[in-house]
Amino acid sequence: MSLDFKPARGDFFKDETFRDDFTFKNSPAAIRRFPFPFDRDEYMYSVNMEPHVSTRPGSVFEHTFDVDEHYVAEMIDRAKVLAEDPLRCQSLPHMTLAGWDLLELIMESNAREYPQWFSLTKNGNQWHWINRPLGIDQKFTFLDESTLPYGPMEYITRQTQGDFSLQDERDGSLWMDAGMITTQADWSLDFDVGMNFMEWHAPVPLAHEKMVFDRALKFLLKLQQGSPVRRFNWTMTVNPLLDTAPETYPKWGPTKTSLTQENLGHKQHLRVELQALFRLPRSNAIAFSIRAYLGKFEELVTVPKWGRRLHRVIRDIHPDIAAYKGFWRNQPAMVEWLAKYDDGAPTSPGVWPDA
Amino acid sequence: MSGGAKLEVTVAEVVEVNALIKRFRFVSRDGAALPAFSGGSHIVVEMDDHGVRRLNPYSLMSDPADTSGYEISVRRDDAGRGGSVFMHSHVTPGMRLTISHPLNFFALDTRAKKHLMIAGGIGITPFLSQIKQLGHFGGRFELHYATRNRDVAAYATGLKSAHGDRVNLYYDDEGQVVPLAEVLTRQPIGTHLYVCGPKGMLNWVRKTAAAAGWPAQSVHFEEFLAPGTGLVFSAQLARSGKTVTVGTHQSLLEAMEAAGVDAPYLCRGGACGQCETNVIRCDGTLLHRDVWLSPAEQAEGAKIMPCVSRFEGKTLVLDR
Ligand code: HEM
Ligand code: FES
Repeated sequence: MSLDFKPARGDFFKDETFRDDFTFKNSPAAIRRFPFPFDRDEYMYSVNMEPHVSTRPGSVFEHTFDVDEHYVAEMIDRAKVLAEDPLRCQSLPHMTLAGWDLLELIMESNAREYPQWFSLTKNGNQWHWINRPLGIDQKFTFLDESTLPYGPMEYITRQTQGDFSLQDERDGSLWMDAGMITTQADWSLDFDVGMNFMEWHAPVPLAHEKMVFDRALKFLLKLQQGSPVRRFNWTMTVNPLLDTAPETYPKWGPTKTSLTQENLGHKQHLRVELQALFRLPRSNAIAFSIRAYLGKFEELVTVPKWGRRLHRVIRDIHPDIAAYKGFWRNQPAMVEWLAKYDDGAPTSPGVWPDA
Repeated sequence: MSGGAKLEVTVAEVVEVNALIKRFRFVSRDGAALPAFSGGSHIVVEMDDHGVRRLNPYSLMSDPADTSGYEISVRRDDAGRGGSVFMHSHVTPGMRLTISHPLNFFALDTRAKKHLMIAGGIGITPFLSQIKQLGHFGGRFELHYATRNRDVAAYATGLKSAHGDRVNLYYDDEGQVVPLAEVLTRQPIGTHLYVCGPKGMLNWVRKTAAAAGWPAQSVHFEEFLAPGTGLVFSAQLARSGKTVTVGTHQSLLEAMEAAGVDAPYLCRGGACGQCETNVIRCDGTLLHRDVWLSPAEQAEGAKIMPCVSRFEGKTLVLDR
């Protein structure tokens, strides 16, 4: 496979893989800023949305779109997934304008927040975009598809960590009518494309009875430009595999049986999705970003509070949630491994490490 | 309406369009571009009408791609709650105003094969921005625009000269009526119908379309978000022994935070349930604006969501 960009990693961006030899790991700094999702010792589905405002410099909440040390490697991984299966990126014909909205949002945010890496110069609709880490220098005409090598959504999401889906709003619901989905926790864009909010959420247990989706949808239909919101989701992944798709389940599903007490700390990852929702200006669509962070159990337990809490959450999780997230079978092994890091001491409120 | 980023603008231009209608142009105060928007969007204009805070929604009529300024048209309604009278008599060039970001509850369905638009009076304004949007991105439309008489048919001449046969004008005082039943029958499959105008017209168009077998998803009508009032009120916090005054621009949650009361929250938008607070005494009306409490709970009045909900009346005592 040939890449259509020439990465310039510098000192910050790592050369690592999310497949085959799986050389991915987090630096000590990346572990400290890992978005640990549990603010208490138990977990249940809820309408866990908060304003997506910049908080805690250095944390994943500082920027509109977090760019971290895994950026270049993740973009190479995405290019490989797309080369094997182009249907991971789809956009129904009426979603092109939303794609331009997304391109504008990402380019403007990144050029403003990371001037050392990205730059955007505009002269009317003549735009000039520079992405230094990926070695891209592109002049194009905003809103003219013929001036870019891909459609606008595909162009910009090949340069942005995390999956993206674009929702058209009509008939009192949101419709997943476009997306770039290559780092998903076992769901398929090709299957979900064209579905509405209630339809694509149908497989989720417990949350429907708790009215989570009714309230979340009502909230999202009122989402305003300039006031994005964010939430967390999480699951478990064996090996640092970004692309856990139903389409490739036969390749990665069986690795779930490879865990032992000796290799679990290294192979088992907590997979956290930082999801943000943006109302887009020209299309009135809603962009949903799903940024996956992988943390090895052995990395997470270096923060004592997280070791204690992860043990308690996984031990006491509702069996339907463990089954839905696909770790029901490995739950006892995880709990056994994590128990060594739980001395029973109380944990402080909130998600951040102590001191 | 607390929450939601606001835009600080200056009134750049006020134009008398006809005896009833004035057009206002807003530009950003710092000279930066305003956000682009989608055709059919409205903004909520905040007015300080001699101490009374008014929040009025107005459709944006300017080109959605023009980020140098926003334009609205306001019809003077002497019998209304006062917002339009304030706009007509007090808003002048150079004045500073605060407006919401554009919101769209009247968006074009971009999958439509054709857009059929029915406008009554000042209801023409959202169509003006939609027609400009269609001009940029393609899309067929047909407009039927009815007004009381030629003198108040705002923007009719410009529309007619720009779009010819696609624009049809009707004047009540000349006995002209939109031949709706006939217009509806000759539309190609995949047409979407949009109506904006007085209530009577809305009902007539929706009824006629339903009778002609149009699916409800293909019929769109403007529904403004009723912006909540922002009257000042106070609340006693029994547990912390404090009384807070909630300003017009503040939410009850923000007022508690400003008073140093540790109040839980997450979404700040009435959906997550975190801020749920028990009401100990309520001598007045709770203005529930959340989607967390069930309608029964809202009616019962034992709980309030301080991130969005307000109060009007004499005394409110909360368990906080
Ligand atoms: C428009 C934005 C959203 C999109 C595109 C989206 C998409 C999805 C998808 C594709 C799934 C996987 C379903 C499957 O198993 O096939 C999912 C799961 C889920 N979603 Fe959403 N979602 C959105 C917003 C939300 C919001 C706002 C909430 C709640 C506040 C929510 C709560 C959940 C939950 C609880 C799950 C189960 C996740 C798990 O346990 O791993 N979603 N969502
Ligand atoms: S903070 Fe979420 S409902 Fe009030």
